[in-house]
Amino acid sequence: MSDIIDTRQEFTQDSDHDAHHDVQPDRGIVRWLLTTNHKDIGTLYLWFSFLMLLIGGSLALVIRTELFEPGLQFIEPAFFNQMTTNHGLIMVFGAIMPAFVGLANWLLPMMVGAPDMALPRMNNLSFWILPFAFGLLISTLFMEGGGPNFGWTFYAPLSTTYAPDTVTYFILGIHMMGASSIMGSINIIATILNMRAPGMTLMKMPLFVWTWLITAYLLLAVMPVLAGLVTMMLFDIHFGTSFFNAAGGGDPVMFQHIFWFFGHPEVYIMILPAFGIVSQIIPTFARKPLFGYDSMVYATASIAFLSFTVWAHHMFTVGMPLAGQLFFMYATLLIAVPTGVKVFNWVSTMWRGAMTFETPMLFSIAFVVLFTIGGFSGLMLAIAPADYQYHDTYFVVAHFHYVLVPGALFSIIAAVYYWLPKWCGRMYDESLGKLHFWLSFVGVNVTFFPQHFSGLAGMPRRVPDYALQFADFNMVSSIGAFVFGFSQLLFLYVVIKTIKSGEPATGRVWEGAHGLEWTLPSPAPYHTFTHPPRVVDAEAHS
Amino acid sequence: MGKPAGNPTTTATQTRNAKLAWRLSLMVVGMFGFGFALVPLYDLLCEVTGLGGKTGGAYAYEPANTRPDTTRLISVNFTTNTNAGMPWEFWAEKGGVRVHPGELRQVNFFVRNTTRRRMIAQAVPSVVPARAAEYFHKTECFCFEQQVLEPGELLEMPMRFIIDRGLPKNVQSVSLSYELFDVTYLAASDLVAGHEGHQE
Repeated sequence: MSDIIDTRQEFTQDSDHDAHHDVQPDRGIVRWLLTTNHKDIGTLYLWFSFLMLLIGGSLALVIRTELFEPGLQFIEPAFFNQMTTNHGLIMVFGAIMPAFVGLANWLLPMMVGAPDMALPRMNNLSFWILPFAFGLLISTLFMEGGGPNFGWTFYAPLSTTYAPDTVTYFILGIHMMGASSIMGSINIIATILNMRAPGMTLMKMPLFVWTWLITAYLLLAVMPVLAGLVTMMLFDIHFGTSFFNAAGGGDPVMFQHIFWFFGHPEVYIMILPAFGIVSQIIPTFARKPLFGYDSMVYATASIAFLSFTVWAHHMFTVGMPLAGQLFFMYATLLIAVPTGVKVFNWVSTMWRGAMTFETPMLFSIAFVVLFTIGGFSGLMLAIAPADYQYHDTYFVVAHFHYVLVPGALFSIIAAVYYWLPKWCGRMYDESLGKLHFWLSFVGVNVTFFPQHFSGLAGMPRRVPDYALQFADFNMVSSIGAFVFGFSQLLFLYVVIKTIKSGEPATGRVWEGAHGLEWTLPSPAPYHTFTHPPRVVDAEAHS
Repeated sequence: MGKPAGNPTTTATQTRNAKLAWRLSLMVVGMFGFGFALVPLYDLLCEVTGLGGKTGGAYAYEPANTRPDTTRLISVNFTTNTNAGMPWEFWAEKGGVRVHPGELRQVNFFVRNTTRRRMIAQAVPSVVPARAAEYFHKTECFCFEQQVLEPGELLEMPMRFIIDRGLPKNVQSVSLSYELFDVTYLAASDLVAGHEGHQE
């Protein structure tokens, strides 16, 4: 508790000494346009990603409405393809990734005892590129010829020779969101490596900081490859090159190799920060230090390293020599080892802990259980001979939705509930939070679990119509999707209610919470740690 | 890099941040270049290993060095396809031949431009099984160049090949497939100038 007093004293001193540091932000829209404050930018990222979640979710509900019954009821197949493509692109690049960057903005400086991100002006630019990138992408849906319709993986030649004219907008949009991610990552790495308070050594950093450090390096390694890939597409479409055109000496399969060289590390970009979040939350509510902190760090690094060696498991069926299939199969199965280390560490943290089940903990436990289910279906898909049966079926859809929705998304929701009192100084409504959890938990399982079965029975993905034997599973899936989708509006209501009229929160918020951010008052002042805090062991990694 | 520092307002920290940002930008530029480097690397890998059934360019045939291995007889099958939207007719004089490894053989292929306009085509070969690709040598092939045909024109195209004596023992039959692409749009400038199709 003495830390809190220390910090508060620093604050009073601070405002006396540095008069040029406005304690209160500007008013109105200008504050948000010109802000270089990490908390403001974090807020912008989080609201933006929530908007994208609602838009991407609406597209998903259009898909589930059409699939409620066999036959074509509501939309044309061509429009259906635009829905699946844009749902994937918006969720991956617009909802999950910016939400993690928003959390990083809010939390990393407070967690390492820094006053702000290392490069605040670039931080502003990283965010404000995004609305334009997605404005461009979403506007294509209203253009003649329609938006991108080639799947979020945009395989050539479907996305080059046979693409709608709007593909050029899509390419520019990908370039812009890539630039945003790259700048965000540079900022995060610089903040973590250069801005830590004295005493905050690397192996004392909270795991959320560690996982983001590794994720940022992954982003720097693969986002430029994605930029190169869409540049090649641009040249094939407009400048007569033949990177992916067999007629001119190119190779369409090469597209898939380059795409998944980016794409596989990308899936870890969307899950490593989630590992960090639950590694913060579970110790708090188990009231025990995280089990195996060091092994968590090494496991994260191993997963990141291995993620570069497994890309071709997405394309076992393209015609690969046996040696290639075996290599990519074994490398993929190997990733289960560090991932298993993490799952066992979370379970061991909870073992004999004095557990309570507040909303963030519920979402985190659901994360551990449901992400593990997604991991297991991933192992099934990794087995090359079996993959020929599962490839491009709803089993794949079920798999990656289990790791991305109750995986990445649940961790983000858990993080919002966990740190919201710190951000806005008020507690959320615990009963409504729990209601939101149970609706989401039931909804997500009702939506995606039946898709395992329809996939194993042979239902292909990306189809607007299907054979009659899949009717029941699809109807159940659609009902679940509507429950899950609309319960996110309850989430919005809970957050707004907290901001407007929640009970005041204490500085520590959770009795079991450890970390520098909890030594600050709630709500966290606009400027924090303008003088580096004293890092005591009790507040080092929780 | 690892040394923690405190106050950001110090110019020392700002300089270190800027330096690190530039170094990380170099990594970004490097990875962007690496993305493009994957293209030649991919082609090289396919050529060396024969992955994807890609065959090499023109093979220099020296009769003195090549004696047929009469103990083996390999059945070579030909398939011809035209890509979607390609209206030409394309066929081989026979569906397959049986050859000894090391023996030079010629097979004729035919194309006919069935349209009323001048068109340019490119045939792309592929060998199955892929592990036989590196042992399938062509001394002459229409796939080495583009074909320019006037409306209604028929062209006979010889293809001469040798199966390498090193072909793995468990390969008894090889299929050579050609896919014919319309590349008129790719070579549009050549067409306007009236040039012949240029070599790849």
